[in-house]
This record gives sequence, C-alpha cells and structure tokens, in this order.
Amino acid sequence: MSAKAAAQVEIKHEVGLHARPSVKFTKLAKTFAADVEVALTPEGPWFDAKSIVKVMAAKAPKGTVLHLRASGEGADSAVKALVALVERDFDEAVEGEAHVRTA
Amino acid sequence: MSGPLRLTGTPASGGYAEGPVFRLESDVASYRPKGSAEGEAAALRTAMEAASEQLAVLAAASAGEAADMLEFQLAMLADVSLSGPAFDAISMGAPADKAWSDALAEQIEGYEAADDEYFRARAADLRDIRQQVLDALTSAGDRTAPPGAILFGEDIAPTRFLATDWSAGGGIALSKGSSASHVAMLARSRGVPMVVGLGSAVKDIGGMALLDAEQGAIVLQPTDGDIESFRKSSTAYGERRRRAEDSVMRPATTGNGVPVHVLVNVADPSDVDRIDIANCDGVGLMRTEFLFGKGLPDEKTQYLAYRTVLEWAAGKPVTIRTIDAGGDKPVPGFTVEESNPFLGLRGIRLSLARPEVFRVQIRALLRAAVHGNLKVMFPMIAVPEEYARAAALFAEEASNLAGAGVPHAMPPLGLMVEVPSVAIAPELFCDAAFFSIGSNDLTQYLMAAARDNTAVAALNSVTNPAVLRLIASVAAFGWLHDIPVSLCGDAGGDPAAIPCLLEAGLRDLSVAPAQLALVKAAIAGVAV
Repeated sequence: MSAKAAAQVEIKHEVGLHARPSVKFTKLAKTFAADVEVALTPEGPWFDAKSIVKVMAAKAPKGTVLHLRASGEGADSAVKALVALVERDFDEAVEGEAHVRTA
Repeated sequence: MSGPLRLTGTPASGGYAEGPVFRLESDVASYRPKGSAEGEAAALRTAMEAASEQLAVLAAASAGEAADMLEFQLAMLADVSLSGPAFDAISMGAPADKAWSDALAEQIEGYEAADDEYFRARAADLRDIRQQVLDALTSAGDRTAPPGAILFGEDIAPTRFLATDWSAGGGIALSKGSSASHVAMLARSRGVPMVVGLGSAVKDIGGMALLDAEQGAIVLQPTDGDIESFRKSSTAYGERRRRAEDSVMRPATTGNGVPVHVLVNVADPSDVDRIDIANCDGVGLMRTEFLFGKGLPDEKTQYLAYRTVLEWAAGKPVTIRTIDAGGDKPVPGFTVEESNPFLGLRGIRLSLARPEVFRVQIRALLRAAVHGNLKVMFPMIAVPEEYARAAALFAEEASNLAGAGVPHAMPPLGLMVEVPSVAIAPELFCDAAFFSIGSNDLTQYLMAAARDNTAVAALNSVTNPAVLRLIASVAAFGWLHDIPVSLCGDAGGDPAAIPCLLEAGLRDLSVAPAQLALVKAAIAGVAV
C-alpha cells in the first residue's frame, strides 16, 4: 500500500523560511517514515523536506506558498503536521514579537 | 619591526586588554594528503564528526541566539546534501580539504547571491562551518590561545569565540570585521573587549600588545610609558564601571542633586525575574504584545500576567500599555494587511475598531488593578475623541464588573505622546492622568523616517533640535498643568541623549533593564 498526501500553505513568518524555522521544519519532517517533498510552485522542482540544505536553498520569503507532498507510511499525518507548523508560524511569534517593538 | 606601533580601528565592544597577540590566520595549516580516495573520505568523515562534536558541546553551553545559530550549523553539517558533492569529488581523486572547500564554496556563493539580506547573511554561517571542518582536517583547531591573549586576525568565527576561554581576560583585534556581526554582539554580552577595522597594513604581528577597545586602538611593542598610561586608562575604565554598578543600587540624582525617576520597560512578565525592584522606581512601560503572539489571549491569561508584574513591583507604579498591534507587529486574527502600516490601523485605532477584543483586555486590567499600583496608557492617540472613547469603555466595563460583584479598581488612564498632533497641541488632552513620550515613534513621525529602514537611520535622531524642542514643550506643558510627563523610548537609555532629555525638563525615564546602571551613571554626570 502506498499512501499519498498533498497540501499547500502560505508562509506568514516575517523573514520567511529562515534558519530557525527551517531547522524546526526539517526536524519535524524527519520524524515521519514517509518521503516528504516541498516545492515553491505546483510544477516543482520538488526537493527533500528532510534536508535543511535543500530547504534553506529554496530561500522562501514571507508570503511564499509552500507545496507539500508525501508518499509512504504516515504520508497524511506528515503533511498535516508540517502544514500545522507553518500555520503556527513555527511557534516563534512570541519570541519574534518581544524585540521588535520599542516605545 | 622596532619601536611601538599603534593601529586604530572602531570599538565593537568596550574595555581594555593587555596580553600576548595570538594570530588567528596561522590557523591555516597545510593539509597532508592521505594517498587514497578511501583515506581522503575517511579523513573528511572524521573531521566532520569532530566539528559536529565541538558544535554540540558549544550548543549545550549556549542559550538564545547563539544556541539557535549553533543548532542551525549542526543541522547543516549533519545533512548529506552538504557533504555529498565533496565525497563525489574525493571519489574522482580530489584531496579532502579541496573537495570540502569547493563543495562549501558553491553553497556560500548561492547564499551570497540571494536577494534577501537575511539569506545573504547565512553565507557567514556556511563559511564558519567550512572553517571548522578544515581546522579539524589540519588539526589547526587544536591550537588554543593562551589565557588572556588578544586574538588578532582578519575576522573571527562565532564558534571560535564561543570555544575560547575568556575567564582570564583577553580581547579581539580584527583587521576587518564589523561591530554589527554576531561575534561583536556576543563580545558585548560577555564583556570581551573587541576592536574592528584595524586595517591590514601590518601582517607580521606578535609579542605583547595593548588593546584599547574604548577608543578603538591596539599598540604593538609598547614602551614602558605606553604600558603605564594604558594601565591608568584601564583602571579608570574599571572604576567607572564599578561606580555604575554601585550606583544602580541608589536612587538616581543629577550631579547637582536633582532627583530623577528611573523606571524599567518590560516586554514579558518573565523579564522581571532578572530585575531587582529595589534598583528602579517601577515599570514605566509594560508592553502587552507578547500576550498576543499566538492570537487573541483570554481574560484570565492577561489578568495573571498583569498581576504577576504588579505583585513583583510591590507597590511601585506599573504602567501597562494597552495592546499596540499593527505597524511592524502583526497579530494573526487581529491586525489587517496595509501598504503603509506605520501610518495605518495600529495601537488604539485598532483597539477601538475591535472593541470586543479591547474589552477583554480592559476587564483583565481592571481586575488586576487591585493587586498593585497600576496605571494604564493608550498607544497612538492622535485626537481627544480616541482617549474619550477608550476611557468610556473602561468606565462601562468597570460598572459591568461592579454589577457582577467582581473585585476591580479603576487605574489612572494616560496616553502615549508619539503622534506629533498630541505633542503640538497637548492642551486638547488635559483629561489624561499622565503623558508618556514614546520617543521612537515620535521621532520617526516627526522626521518622516521609518525606524525599520536603515537607509534613513541617520535621520531618526532624538537629539534633532526639532524633536528636543517638541519634547521640551510637552514637559513644560505637563509641569504647568500638573500632568506627569515621562519618557519610555530608546532615547532614555542612551547616555548621549540623557543630558538633552534632562535639559528638556524630563525627570522620569523608563529604560531597558540592562541599561539601568549606565543610565543612572549618565544622570549623575549631568547638572541641570
């Protein structure tokens, strides 16, 4: 059986898919057995969502729509979890907030 | 080389260091080829493991931004996509050092070519990773600086800084480098003296040196006279710092004995764990944006956060600013997308446009008010109607709480003076219990220079005569009409701006907690 799943999600993070979010993103992707790929357009090119080198090299700025696809065991949960991470702004909104604003 | 030699540069982290020069460049040791592709691949693998181990040790001992950077470097180094091309080249006959260097060069070029400044800056991380593995290949990384040494080179990698033991003193002197670099930031937070931009006129450097990171200079081959005057300056610097640390305990007064209230700005309730309330006169600005980081917070969450800070302040005043979202701080589900957000729906404008959100915060504030000396202020007020509407919402919610029998209290309601209209015509706002000058926004709106745009940073100066004159007129108006006026922008923590602010008539400054000592020392140096 080969499960497949796909989704897309917009990056809202201020500086896009930068170092810290990319570390979180690839770490999460690696927790799934499925092959997970990302692309910046529906036509690809697709690259390995578990590779920080590839994910960073995409240099996705804020507002980019990330296309995700996965195949194999747990494909559906992998895509759902990664979409949720991006939607939660990589869990960084609070830290990002504190030092942005002065009086 | 004979006689003393003085090189001048730019201070990146203040202080003085006297010690032997340790050349960073001689780290570039030569690599001995291993003779076979298998040998080369094994050497690279071992070097990468050694570099990873060192990074992991540093990461375990670091926190905050340094830890993030190290974790990123570790993840990159562990990714086979990074080293793959190097191992391919080795199988084609390349030596490990060249294969690794070339593979990383390709990545570094990719980042250097990025449009986005943030991604361009990652090239430095990749260069750092490259150097760590090369050091491990040549065992150059094993060369540790003697205690108290002055590290001299073109630039220094953040990991090198973190791996150095600074407990015996020492400093950093760079022919290039930047005071905005990651290392400079680390050096300032650890108190390690650092000078950048010394130029590359002198290559052959060794022996004893004197690093003056207050003026930005290094003296090589110093004479006895040089050493004597250096030690005098160094001692004086140490005394100034000690005095600043001592003076933090005492209430601030100017050189001629005029008392000045120094309060702290708080961005998050956990900030107060690191501050001794005895060292300050209260909280002049508690931001509430942190509560809205992950969407809209409920009343209980807000109430507990406000109560924590009020109880910590033990009766000293705590001024909480109602949510100041918008501008450069979007809040999901609250702020709106705008083409010119600094001039758009932000601060009180947004709160009044979304009263159902604002009322939750108001109830939390009214309930928290019974736990301390609370004051509340509104950000971005431009016209009196905004203040009146916000105050009316407070009154409404207070009577609702009274009807429900919930304990609460009405705090004094003030406003931020940051939109120039308020500063120019303060007489329209006499209903306000107090004014708090938000110097960052007041300056950016007066000078028409966005404070998040480095290209116009020079215009954004609080010491511009127009800005100071406006601040002075607000202070004079407040004095005449018994309306307390304070200031809570970055200018309050800037020793260069403090004399001007005190001359403008201000006697209440709210500053970042880390600047308390410096600010009190600067106040003591002013006579008004």
